Amino acid sequence: MSLVKCVDAAFAYEGKIIISDLNFEIERGEYLCIVGDNGSGKTTLMKGLLGLIKPVQGEVIFEGVKAKNKNRGIGYLPQQSDAQKDFPASVYEVVLSGAVNDLKFGMFYDNATRKRAEEALNKVKMLNLKNACYRELSGGQKQRVLLARAIMASKTMLLLDEPVSGLDVLSTREMYRLIEDLNKNEKMTIVMISHDVKAALPSATHILHIKDKQAFYGKPDSISRNIWN
Amino acid sequence: MTICFQEIFQYTFMQRAIIVGLFVSLCSALLGVPLVLKQYSMIGDGLSHVGFGALAVATALNLTPLPVAIVVVTVSAFILLRISEKAKVKADSLIALISTVSLAIGVVAVSMSSGMNMDINNYLFGSILALDKTDVYLAVVLGIVVIFTFFFLYHQVFSVTFDESFAKATGANVTVVNLIISIATALTIVIGMRIVGTLLMTSMIIFPALTSMRLCKSFKNVIICSSIVSLCGFLSGILISFFFDTPTGASIVLVNLAIFISFYLIKAVMIRIRLVKYKENK
Ligand SMILES: Nc1ncnc2c1ncn2[C@@H]1O[C@H](COP(=O)(O)OP(=O)(O)OP(=O)(O)O)[C@@H](O)[C@H]1O
Ligand SMILES: [Mg+2]
Repeated sequence: MSLVKCVDAAFAYEGKIIISDLNFEIERGEYLCIVGDNGSGKTTLMKGLLGLIKPVQGEVIFEGVKAKNKNRGIGYLPQQSDAQKDFPASVYEVVLSGAVNDLKFGMFYDNATRKRAEEALNKVKMLNLKNACYRELSGGQKQRVLLARAIMASKTMLLLDEPVSGLDVLSTREMYRLIEDLNKNEKMTIVMISHDVKAALPSATHILHIKDKQAFYGKPDSISRNIWN
Repeated sequence: MTICFQEIFQYTFMQRAIIVGLFVSLCSALLGVPLVLKQYSMIGDGLSHVGFGALAVATALNLTPLPVAIVVVTVSAFILLRISEKAKVKADSLIALISTVSLAIGVVAVSMSSGMNMDINNYLFGSILALDKTDVYLAVVLGIVVIFTFFFLYHQVFSVTFDESFAKATGANVTVVNLIISIATALTIVIGMRIVGTLLMTSMIIFPALTSMRLCKSFKNVIICSSIVSLCGFLSGILISFFFDTPTGASIVLVNLAIFISFYLIKAVMIRIRLVKYKENK
């Protein structure tokens, strides 16, 4: 049974079709890399996979994960979060908020969750800034904090929208290693949007290339050369 | 000082005003933080104008004003929230329209029922003399409900305020949290209007949050600080109005402004001190 399946799905904004003819499924433990030009609809597709927007045609079928439930176990790293520019919150509070569905009685975080938050911060190398103010961090640091938050939320699936944008060379390498580690050792299903195909290729199990429609979907070894040449 | 307080508590109206006011200030401080951060301050403003319209119409029709206002404002809270969610860009203008239309309806209702000017003035600018026993009971009960709900939902309010789409994507019930926030806001506004008046209610919600956001670096501290600021602002305001015979609502707003400016100055001084220290170390 797949986790999420697209059947002839198409997405639109205000009646204008952005991408169509999507046919693929994400199995448990896979590492799907979505590539495509700016504006080709990658973020739109990811929102569809999250259930934030509905397809105007076809279906997005949630099989292995719940469509709408507090225990979906889906984590998400947004491409840009300009909504929280001037938000007074500590790094720790932001990371904990990823586990909002693990709240005991909907009210408080237990010690196990608090410990997980510290581990997540440690993974993204931000534990020393645990009590710092989120709005005073650099762009790259914010990105790491949001990744830690996404890790907190994901039990089965982690969706990442350009996770390395804004990161320096070393951090980029570490980020890819971290994602690969989550995929291999914690059996986390990964869906990642990336422009850096060469870096993502070695660890991805599937590639989805979109260009108005689904241009290519398959294993990386069967990929046709002409996609990026 | 003690004599002072004894003097105040001799008056039933002051006892009532202080009890109601403390609950209202605490509720509006708590709710103000998510409202300001979500850029929903306009909803608060809109709701208090709708409240005025409802009170005026109810008075004109000889209905009991408070229950009518509670129902109308709560329903409007749903509608305004929907507007803000759907039409992000035009929301401000739409809410401004609803505010002014409610005000207009209220004014027309007043003019048609002559002799009500006294009441209307109370609704616009508030009057601590107008509070009766029912108001006090209502304020205490609603205040306790709002405060408990807020603490019950504290972490959920944080996630929804910080990043709504993330919360939605992970499966949190964003709509319910938003609804509860707006209903709580509606109730707070209707009760608060009795003291500070329709026109000044918004500042009770916005000022404490804005003030504490300047200094505090975590959400928890913003909530705590904003509650303290709000309670102090109210108490000082009502005392000033009692001893200097100034209008209560306006005094509270001006005290809040003074606190806001002092926080601003404190922040500026802190920055200056840091710079001086840095230069000394060099
Ligand atoms: N909220 C919106 N309303 C209307 N159109 C939108 C909206 N968001 C995106 N679009 C349009 O949909 C198209 C796809 O946008 P999307 O953000 O999915 O692209 P993308 O592939 O993620 O691009 P990038 O590589 O720049 O992140 C763009 O042409 C964009 O203009
Ligand atoms: Mg994008």
